[in-house]
Formats: sequence, C-alpha cells, structure tokens
Amino acid sequence: MNPEYVSPENGNEKFLQKLDTMGIDVHACFQCGRCSSGCPVAEYFDLQVMEVVRLASYGMEDILLASKTIWLCAACETCATRCPNEIEIAGLMDVLRSLALKKGVVPAEPRVPLFHRSFLDSVRHWGRTYEIGMIAGYKIRSGDLLSDMKLGMDMFIKGKLKLLPQAIKAKDEVRQIFSGKGKEYER
Amino acid sequence: MKLSYYPGCSLEGTALDYDHSVRAVCLELGINLVEIPDWNCCGASSAHMTDHEVGMRLPMRNLLLAMDAGLDILVPCAACFQRLRAADKALRADPGYWDLRKYTPDFQIIHISTLLARPEILEAIRQRVQQPLTGLSLACYYGCLSLRNPRITGAPNWEMPENLEKIVSATGATPVAWSHRTECCSGSLTLARPDIAHKLVGDIIEAAKKAGAGALVTDCPMCQANVESRQMERIPGEPLLPVFFATELLAAAFRGEYPVKQQKVHLVAPAILTDFFAQSGPAREEAV
Repeated sequence: MNPEYVSPENGNEKFLQKLDTMGIDVHACFQCGRCSSGCPVAEYFDLQVMEVVRLASYGMEDILLASKTIWLCAACETCATRCPNEIEIAGLMDVLRSLALKKGVVPAEPRVPLFHRSFLDSVRHWGRTYEIGMIAGYKIRSGDLLSDMKLGMDMFIKGKLKLLPQAIKAKDEVRQIFSGKGKEYER
Repeated sequence: MKLSYYPGCSLEGTALDYDHSVRAVCLELGINLVEIPDWNCCGASSAHMTDHEVGMRLPMRNLLLAMDAGLDILVPCAACFQRLRAADKALRADPGYWDLRKYTPDFQIIHISTLLARPEILEAIRQRVQQPLTGLSLACYYGCLSLRNPRITGAPNWEMPENLEKIVSATGATPVAWSHRTECCSGSLTLARPDIAHKLVGDIIEAAKKAGAGALVTDCPMCQANVESRQMERIPGEPLLPVFFATELLAAAFRGEYPVKQQKVHLVAPAILTDFFAQSGPAREEAV
C-alpha cells in the first residue's frame, strides 16, 4: 500500500455513494478496534477489519478489492454485531466481494470465489443445492482434486451426500432471479 | 400448534438425520409441520456474499410461498434462518424496491431452539423424557448465524445465549460453562480453505474438552458437519468430540434409546451417547 496514495482525495465517489444508499455508514467508525479483535479469521487477513472500514471511508476501493481479507471473511457477523456504531461491516464485505467480481478483479484468494460460483451454479440449475455436483464443480474449477477425498468418501458411505439432485418444480423462477430480470438489472 | 416448515438444502443432504429428528421431536410435542411447497435454496452464504440481489431474492421467494399458509415459519438451519430473516426485514422496510405492492404478513420466522426453549415447550420436553441423560456433560455450541447479527436475527442474548443450555438441561444432561459457544467454525470457508477450518475447529474442540465436555450440542447443520469433519485431520492423541443436534438428543431421550442408524451418521464416533444408553436404565437393550 502506497502511503502517498491512501487519502480521501483519491477516493472513489461512486463507491462511497453505493455504501451510502445501502445504509453502510463507514464514516461512523472511530477506530475502536472491536471488529478486529473479535474476528475469528483475523490472523489470515492482509488487511484487518478496522483497516477495511477506514479504507472504505476514504473510498479506497481498489486496495480493498485486491485484498485477501474480502475473500477470507467468513461472514460470521461478529464485527457488525460488536461495532458500537452499528456499522454494517459484514454488509460492507458483501459489497466488496460483489464489486470485485463485477469488475473482474483478480481475486487474491482464488479458491474462495470458485467455491461460491460452484455453489451458486448448483442452485441456479436445480433450485436447491446439489452437494455432490457442487463439490465436483469446485474440484474441477480449482484443480484441487486431492484434498478431502477421504472425507468425501466417508460422508458418501454414511449417506450424507445424495447421489441425485433435489430439483424444484419452478426452476424457471430461480433462473429468473439469477438472470437479474427487471429493474434490478441496473443496480 | 401448526407451523410452516423450511428445512433447507442441508437437511436433504449432509444433515438428513437432522430433518428426521426435528420432525420426530415436533410430532412428539404435538407441533404440526407443514413444509413450504416447492421451496428453494436460500443461497446461504455464497449468494449474499457475492450478489446482493440474488442473496435477497432467493429467500424472498420462500417467504412469498409461505404467505399463503400465513403460519409462523420454523427453520432448523441457522444459516437459512438468518437469510430468511434478512429478506423479511428488507421486504417489510421497502416492498416497492423488491417489486411488491405490499408485504405485511403477520408470521414470525423462528429458529428451532427459540421454539424449543419456550417455557411451555421445555415443560412438555421434561414430561416426555423417558430416559433422562443424567451425568452427561455437554458443551452447547451456537456458532454464528442464529444469533448474529441481532439486528437481523432478533436474538435477545447474542453474546450469552441460553436456549441450548435450557434444552440440554431439560433432557437431564449437564451443560458445561465454556468459552467458545458463539465462536465461528468457518463453515463457509471449509472447502476452499480447509486449513483455516481445521484451526478454528481445533480451538473449539480444545475449549470444550478443557471445560469437561464429552460432546458438543448444536442447532446449526453447517457447524455440525464442519466441526465433525474438520476433526478428521487431528493428530492421534488429540481429543475428538462428536457433535449432536439438540433434537437428536431429545429424540433419544424421548425414545429411551439411541438407534444404531443414528449412531452411524456421525464421522466422530458418538460413543458417549451409545455407551450411556448401553449402561443405564431399563431401555438400553433395545439400543444395542
């Protein structure tokens, strides 16, 4: 991170407007650090949660979208729960991931978005999660074919993974949700 | 009592036995469950983590399907519960934004433990226990999403919850006091970063063991699957603790036995419960 560059003067106004319309008041942060101290995955982050919030308030979108932190956040909501100013920090992480995908930013933790994509492909296709299909899709995309093979077999033997998907009747309704039908397309 | 029922995808797959025990316990307690017809996946957690519109509209479709029945909605999965609550809140705040003229259903979205910990239900549980689980020390493990964040979940005691302890106590077992009741197990990262899940699960197991627990009890299918499966890589000599669903304990206490079929679904051997039913009370022979 270039310290000369990190400044509200270089901030992205559109990004700040988006946070504003979503009710994520990053400017309310006074850097108390409760979010960072309670975060269960903090030790794996390249930016601590309180740094994410402050960088967001400066509009430093590009630094945030390139970080590992946005992908390693487990969405446990401990930060948003404990923030004394009730800043929707978990919601901020959601916005950052979504922007990174829309902008095609190369993810610093590529396996995580590949997992999300595999999961959502399964939901889009069947209307419900098809676990074996989702796991296979993730394994093929990530190239991580070997890890958890024994675990997968154990779960299959114990009847925890169903061989066939549970499709819903109104699959078209779920596909319309994914295709962004209607006015939501512009958002 | 009659409730709409949203099982969620886990309860058709990795947590199929959770669905069975929820249904069995509700039947025993005289709670009639009506499954929401043609429900879809709520998207947790990948949908809301990567796409706000999809993350909201998936659970919203289920709420609209549940409006016909107009009944309170029972949700056994903490992740689904949190997403349905978030969608309900967004719809009530601004139905027009989500293409609805109005949205004013008077149903509540209820997580399983909130239902089971109601005073009258706890009393019914105590009356139906055939075999009190006396002497079992259990660590109640909530994880994240039935509690956080409280602006979505409506949980009254998000840092110091009591529901699981109340339910476990009603079975006659002893809930231990311990540190990691509401810590995250990183279930949403478990496939992509198993190393992180291994670390977090290890911390949770060590904490439960230190408090003297012989097993964990949860009400989240993500936690149950993740906390059992990420113990598989623990090195020999490190403690292993099975993770029970609260309804699994209730079903066993009601029946006075712990069926072999149920024992077999665990990745970590549920010896504490198997041995308990093998050793005490008049109903144990049936369990073996």
